[in-house]
Amino acid sequence: MMSRALSPTVVLPLLFVVVAVGLALYPLVGETFYVRLMAKIIVLGILAMSLDLLVGYTGLVSLGHAAFSGAAGYITATLILKAGVTDMALLLPASLAVSALLALVIGWISVRTSGIYFIMITLALGQMTYLFFHDVSYWGGTDGISVWDKPVLAVGGWTLLELSDRMVFYYTAWACLVAVYVGLWLLMRAPFGQIVRGVRINPGRTQALGHDVHRHQLAVFVIAGTIAGLAGFLEVARSGFMSPAHLGWHESAMVLIIVILGGMGTLVGPVIGALTLVLLEDWVADLTSHWKLIIGLFVIAVVLFLPNGLVSLLTRGAGPSWLRGRRATPAEAQAEGGDDG
Amino acid sequence: MDYTYYLIQAMNGIQYGFLLFLVASGLTLVFGIMGIVNLAHGAFYMVGAYLAYWLAGATGNFFLGVAVGVPIGVVLGLVIERLGFVHLYHRDHLLQVLFTFGMILVIGELITILWGDDVHGVSVPAMLAGSVALTDTQAYPVYRLFISAACIATAGGLLALIRYTRLGMMIRASASNREMVELMGVDVNRLNMAVFGLGVGLAAFAGMIAAPVNSVHPTMGDDILIMSFVVVVVGGVGSIQGAFWGAMLIGLADTFGAVFLPEAAGVVVYALMALVLVWRPSGLFAAR
Repeated sequence: MMSRALSPTVVLPLLFVVVAVGLALYPLVGETFYVRLMAKIIVLGILAMSLDLLVGYTGLVSLGHAAFSGAAGYITATLILKAGVTDMALLLPASLAVSALLALVIGWISVRTSGIYFIMITLALGQMTYLFFHDVSYWGGTDGISVWDKPVLAVGGWTLLELSDRMVFYYTAWACLVAVYVGLWLLMRAPFGQIVRGVRINPGRTQALGHDVHRHQLAVFVIAGTIAGLAGFLEVARSGFMSPAHLGWHESAMVLIIVILGGMGTLVGPVIGALTLVLLEDWVADLTSHWKLIIGLFVIAVVLFLPNGLVSLLTRGAGPSWLRGRRATPAEAQAEGGDDG
Repeated sequence: MDYTYYLIQAMNGIQYGFLLFLVASGLTLVFGIMGIVNLAHGAFYMVGAYLAYWLAGATGNFFLGVAVGVPIGVVLGLVIERLGFVHLYHRDHLLQVLFTFGMILVIGELITILWGDDVHGVSVPAMLAGSVALTDTQAYPVYRLFISAACIATAGGLLALIRYTRLGMMIRASASNREMVELMGVDVNRLNMAVFGLGVGLAAFAGMIAAPVNSVHPTMGDDILIMSFVVVVVGGVGSIQGAFWGAMLIGLADTFGAVFLPEAAGVVVYALMALVLVWRPSGLFAAR
């Protein structure tokens, strides 16, 4: 077990509090450029947390997760551009519903399989969603959709949130980040979360205990897809832009890398991963036009030297032992199942 | 729209299917024998196409370019196997996916540095430049027939290798029980190298002979990778036979999808895959 002072049960939520407070205070001191970058990081952090729910907690390695945020983003952008809808009370539920529905369909096909099949199928179905938005001319082709109007939340003539204001957007996204973290943290402590962890560690035994493995996997898949939809909505509200590239499998793979870089199965790790990767990309892109070469080498180095992520540096190698190249012994698996993220 | 038109489309579909088979068979072998999900497999196809572009230009002879290029591709693949993949055996699929994705970025960027971002063309070798007349107005290019023939010959050679040679025996045994083969005293390290080299060679060769009909550009590896994944999933991971029928099915579906449903052409193949998986979750010819 971990030493008492560094138990992940305490360290991880504490770490999130530090990160969240840091993000909340940053606009008071940071330059405009970096505040914008932080907004991007917050949105990406939400997307990465939702993927962590799949990969880190349920053991479902999805390589098509960007499809859900992208589909929600397209619905948001299309409603704003073609129907003139800016009411957030309409835009947000609509985009969440679309991503949830898409996740239900893709999940229903995918959770019937496991292991490498699951990876390949989520990749292929994500690519299918990409091609749908890419090929059908209604969605604007490769150029995507640009919108100038931003979502507004108003109740009875009172304007509560105007996302065109950068600070309002920043703190709305921040509130979403905190809400998603708290929601998922509670969910993973609830009986549902315990069963889901059981599904990852030993699907056969979980099934034998009377829990429907596929139904739980599908439920998690839909929850993760819906949260990804939230990230997609926020992305359009942030940048006013949605294009097929947002759905492509390179995007999905980058989100997966963010999850691993930060530390999977920790929820706070993906946020730290988003922070690290976005800042690194920004820095490297300034150095050379061949930044992809450096990012590629960085990804390879992370896989080889830090497969448990940055957070594991704090929790002294906590994290799933099955990533270290051998299967966990039953005792370890149990210890892992007892950790809290 | 007469029969000849559909005949030409069918021949295109079959030719595409053969190409997909060469790439997908390597992908399925590398997974079946080495237990590695190799996203970089499409990058080797792309490397092949760029080698063909470079060597055909440098030597002035396409066939000489292919003859020199395949060994270069294989050596490159083996170096990468020794430096990189060796760390991935027995690791989780998730890490293999990310590692090979990192390699896609590196290989793609190196190619951009060497040959630029532009779309390149490779001209069809003069002796195969003509076409065969099917009716008074429609003809079929000889070079596409050559691609199919070259693929049939390669596929035949591959099957013979797997069925009749000692290496093939070890490959078949490894596919069904890797640990047992290791315990029987087979040098798994060398077997892995052989299989990986074979896979890279097939992908690079496919990229080379496809270069004159498809343009050579930095995203071509991605396109073929996703299609090969679909083929492998439809056929059943680890099965060469499955890869063959899967490739034919997908090649024809993709070609006729573009004919009948031009706006939804890309989606047809995936819808077909989804249907197959709902019916048989581990593919048509599941190895295990």
